[in-house]
Amino acid sequence: MIEFNDVCKSYRVARRESGLGNAIKSLFKREYSTINAINHISFSIDDGEMVGYIGPNGAGKSTTIKILSGILTPDSGNCVVNGQIPWKDRKEYTRQISVVFGQRSQLWWDIPVVDSFELLQAIYSIPAPRYHNKLEELTQLLHLEELLKTPTRQLSLGQRMRCEIAASLLHEPKLLFLDEPTIGLDAVSKIAVRDFIKKMNEEHKTTVILTTHDMQDIEAIAKRVILIGKGQKLMDGTLEDLRLEAESIESENESSETDIDHIIAHLYAKLNIM
Amino acid sequence: MKKYYCFFKLRFSTGIQYRMASVTALTTQLIWGLMECLAYKAIAEASGGNLPMNYSSIVTYIWLKEALFVLFNTWAADNDLFAMIANGDIAYELCRPVSIYSMWFSRTVGARIAGAIMRCIPVLLCAFLMPKAYRMTLPVNRVSFWLFLLTLFLALGITVTFCMLVYMLCFFTISPQGWRMVLTGAVDFLSGNIIPLPFFPKKYLFLLELSPFSYMQNVPFRIYSGDLVGGEAYQCILKQVFWLVTLMLLGIVLWKRAEKRIIIQGG
Repeated sequence: MIEFNDVCKSYRVARRESGLGNAIKSLFKREYSTINAINHISFSIDDGEMVGYIGPNGAGKSTTIKILSGILTPDSGNCVVNGQIPWKDRKEYTRQISVVFGQRSQLWWDIPVVDSFELLQAIYSIPAPRYHNKLEELTQLLHLEELLKTPTRQLSLGQRMRCEIAASLLHEPKLLFLDEPTIGLDAVSKIAVRDFIKKMNEEHKTTVILTTHDMQDIEAIAKRVILIGKGQKLMDGTLEDLRLEAESIESENESSETDIDHIIAHLYAKLNIM
Repeated sequence: MKKYYCFFKLRFSTGIQYRMASVTALTTQLIWGLMECLAYKAIAEASGGNLPMNYSSIVTYIWLKEALFVLFNTWAADNDLFAMIANGDIAYELCRPVSIYSMWFSRTVGARIAGAIMRCIPVLLCAFLMPKAYRMTLPVNRVSFWLFLLTLFLALGITVTFCMLVYMLCFFTISPQGWRMVLTGAVDFLSGNIIPLPFFPKKYLFLLELSPFSYMQNVPFRIYSGDLVGGEAYQCILKQVFWLVTLMLLGIVLWKRAEKRIIIQGG
């Protein structure tokens, strides 16, 4: 389904020292440095898999998602998803995928949620009966009855995120990318979102790729975990593998934390990717 | 096609949602229009009626300008789109099976038509009820009315394709401020939004007629008021079509270049 092969992407960042003098200097001469957001990363993912994509902030997770969803063009490397190259024919490719960015909103700010949904129906040319069935299903599973008629701006974060996820599934994508879907949510909403994603995967065989910092998300959803740091792939296996790896490092250490966040923090520290 | 119509429709319905804004805008437009009429009346009386446009055409021009203000002002370009480019929300737009250019074009057109409809009916109503000296007139004849409608849409198209260029340039500079200040300020003046173009000195007018700016609101308003007629009017329509196509192609080329080097701001 997904073949991600030896992909690199770098950004050019303008940098300067603090202070007015340096700000003026940079008007004339600008110093750039290149950041390798992802550096020769390869992996492949099968149909119907649920994969957690983890790593510290700035590791290159979002960049990977953006390349996979056709938004960014990589500097080098191959990527084939369902026989298509994401950034080549973006319009055609994006019909079968969906992305949820936890920190952004795809719903129109000042109109009722259901109007945004209808716009999506038009964008993806979803036939009316299919749209209504899907909407009904999503409404029940995510408890949206009350929310649909409310303008997006008056929803709480948790309510909005449920609507965002519903919005991204209206066109029944084969592939769903979730970029920190549970960021800022309370326990109830988190659990609702996780259960829902699992259900979607079981019922519709939707392939899910999820980035998160919340290790409980990973525990609940992902059978397979890919760990990256500083733009490089460091591990690819089950959550159990990750734990074992962490423990082997841990054994040299006197602390014996069992909390998953501590284990991961140690792992990041030991792998020197912070 | 249907999806682009939906963008239009959605922006349209958002545009007519804020009623209070329309009422306050109406007051501004009326007072502003009346003030302009007074100024031109003073000029007309002082110059003994020796003006490049006749006084009643000027009054009609002013009221049309005030009524359809939202259709043509370039400085009120869609702020959501600028914000989207600057903060990275463009990411969502990019993962949809739509052409960004067509989508933004239709939503800008939708927003402008909605705004214009909300304002033009009450402003025009008042303009027709003004005391005689400040009253708007009906179009000179039926042909000029239809030509007015046609050129109005062409002019809107040119204005929006021009705004599209400004959006696209922001992909290269991130901050929209610089482009917007320079371009929209210039357009405001050069398209006849401040003073009607016939008032410009002849030798500059000649230069101006080589630019797209004189084919925006200038053409429909002067056709309606009978200032622009016959062969000259038809020539203007051809030039409008030329500029519409040219600016659109330019915008699309710019977009293709921006698309390749796009960076999503803010992670």
